[in-house]
Amino acid sequence: MTPYLSIESLNVGYGNTRVLNEVSLDVARGELVALLGSSGCGKTTLLRSIAGFVTPESGAIKVDGRDIARLPPEKRGTAMMFQSYALWPHMSVEDNIGYGLKMRSWKKDAIAKRVGEMLTLLQLVGFGPRSVMQLSGGQRQRVALGRALAVDPQLLLLDEPMSNLDYKVRIELRHELRALQRRIGITAVYVTHDREEALTLADRIAVIDAGRVVQYGPPEEIFHRPTSAFVAGFMGADNAIDVMRLPNGSLTADQVGGEKLRAHFRSDVAWITTERSASGDDDLRLAGTVTQAIYVGQGYRYRVRTNGADIWANAEERMPEGAVVSVVVPRAALLVFSAATSTRH
Amino acid sequence: MSAIGTSMNAGAASSWPRMFGIALLLALFAFVIFGPLANLFLWAFAEKWYFPSKLPQEFGFTFWARVFAPRGNALASLGTSIWIALLTVLMSLIVAIPAGYALARLRLRWRSLILLAFLLPQAVPNLPVYVNIARVFYEIGLNGTILGVVLVHAAHGLVLAVWIASAAFASVDVSLEEAARNIGASPWTCFRTVTLPLAAPGLIASAIFVFLESLDEFTGTYFVGVPDVTTLPLLMFNASMGGNYQIASITALLLLVPSIAFMLVVERFLKADVLAMVGR
Repeated sequence: MTPYLSIESLNVGYGNTRVLNEVSLDVARGELVALLGSSGCGKTTLLRSIAGFVTPESGAIKVDGRDIARLPPEKRGTAMMFQSYALWPHMSVEDNIGYGLKMRSWKKDAIAKRVGEMLTLLQLVGFGPRSVMQLSGGQRQRVALGRALAVDPQLLLLDEPMSNLDYKVRIELRHELRALQRRIGITAVYVTHDREEALTLADRIAVIDAGRVVQYGPPEEIFHRPTSAFVAGFMGADNAIDVMRLPNGSLTADQVGGEKLRAHFRSDVAWITTERSASGDDDLRLAGTVTQAIYVGQGYRYRVRTNGADIWANAEERMPEGAVVSVVVPRAALLVFSAATSTRH
Repeated sequence: MSAIGTSMNAGAASSWPRMFGIALLLALFAFVIFGPLANLFLWAFAEKWYFPSKLPQEFGFTFWARVFAPRGNALASLGTSIWIALLTVLMSLIVAIPAGYALARLRLRWRSLILLAFLLPQAVPNLPVYVNIARVFYEIGLNGTILGVVLVHAAHGLVLAVWIASAAFASVDVSLEEAARNIGASPWTCFRTVTLPLAAPGLIASAIFVFLESLDEFTGTYFVGVPDVTTLPLLMFNASMGGNYQIASITALLLLVPSIAFMLVVERFLKADVLAMVGR
């Protein structure tokens, strides 16, 4: 299948600073791709290069085979949703949504009809004549989405559109957005720093670090099979310990001879026990003392000081600080990377 | 809060002298501000007012009739003043809108330098500048013309116009422009439909300031306009130099009307977010 949006070795820099470094990315028609990374990693710059607000030094951005990398923003056929929504405060809701159609020289009644459709689609019926200043955050977000969708863009670009909303509204709108995107089959690129948002929304996730795409794939793959320590850490496997691989292939945290590796794991796959007996042979056992206990609703989250590092693990029962425990991590839940290069083993 | 609390606890006895002191101070301020204005009012309606008397001996409207008489030149100079002020506003805005927009979106280093350059004419003493302008204008035939006066007023008003316009444009969020470009607007359409309407309140405020500056301007008009162009301030000057305080006071009151009216309007247009951007 030929990709619908194709970014080919894109380079972007401001002065001497590299922001994007040989970024290549393919997006299929109708797909929603999330650009995931921490702030300053270049994900927003990548989105703004697609929209035309950043001029790349080299590389191509092709939509449906046409290179748009050097066109002005208004000639690209993309529609962007801004983090601040960027609704025009001097226009009503319907003028905001109809603006793009006016730019495309639509007739007045055709614009009114399309705006009406958008208001229905986004459950904003009756809000048309209102000023956008009177709307709540969630409503503004819908208007911004309506403005972008009204022109039936080739590509929908979303720049952290949920980051200014309350948690509850965010979860609701996330599901709505996903359902809507599926229904109208629009191709979308979604910038976020929230891994939960990326996991629940996207068909594929591109994890970006320091101006490069470090891993690109379906959410399940990014979550369960990170290819680097960075991605593992970013996806929540933030416990990291040094381990040794014994000649028979099993792993141990004891400092014995063997191949030195680094293992990452999520705190919810590890459990804590006060029993000293060994369980499954493959499981990694780490002895330590509880230094901090936090109630998290369904049980407790403990910080356990082990020989090598502080690690976080969950348990349902209450344990006092200072308790001597063992943290057990199933072998299958360990993500093991080479200690030197941080790449997957 | 604690200061209010203690003064209330101290009781009414000690607060009376303080109240009296404050009242006295306010009265003094009021006198300094309104005293000369009251004098102006008295003179405007005085028929006879000779030296030893504290108040006019006779009130009346004879001089008002003279000022507004068809043969009196007060109305003509008011017309000239307003015409010159409107042309000055037009000329300032033609320069201030593009200049202000460019300055608002330029890098900071150059911006402050250019803004400072607009301030330069204000830093130099007015008189020598106007004397030289008059000499140059005389040579190229601009002396005594409306255009000459408008040019002098505009040079003066541009400082305010450019500073306020650049603040007005700077207070328009760039993402609002990007949103317009993104959805299909060319740079010019984006400016016309998004940037300009959003900056309009600030631009109107700057236009009003320029208008009032021009209406009040005396020195430049005196050097460049006299004797062919007579504005209201020049008429007032002539009247008061000739000892005709009634005519001078009445023209002064005429000048006061647009000033006060527009100040009330400006206060509504010049929002805090624009003011915060002035000189940035």
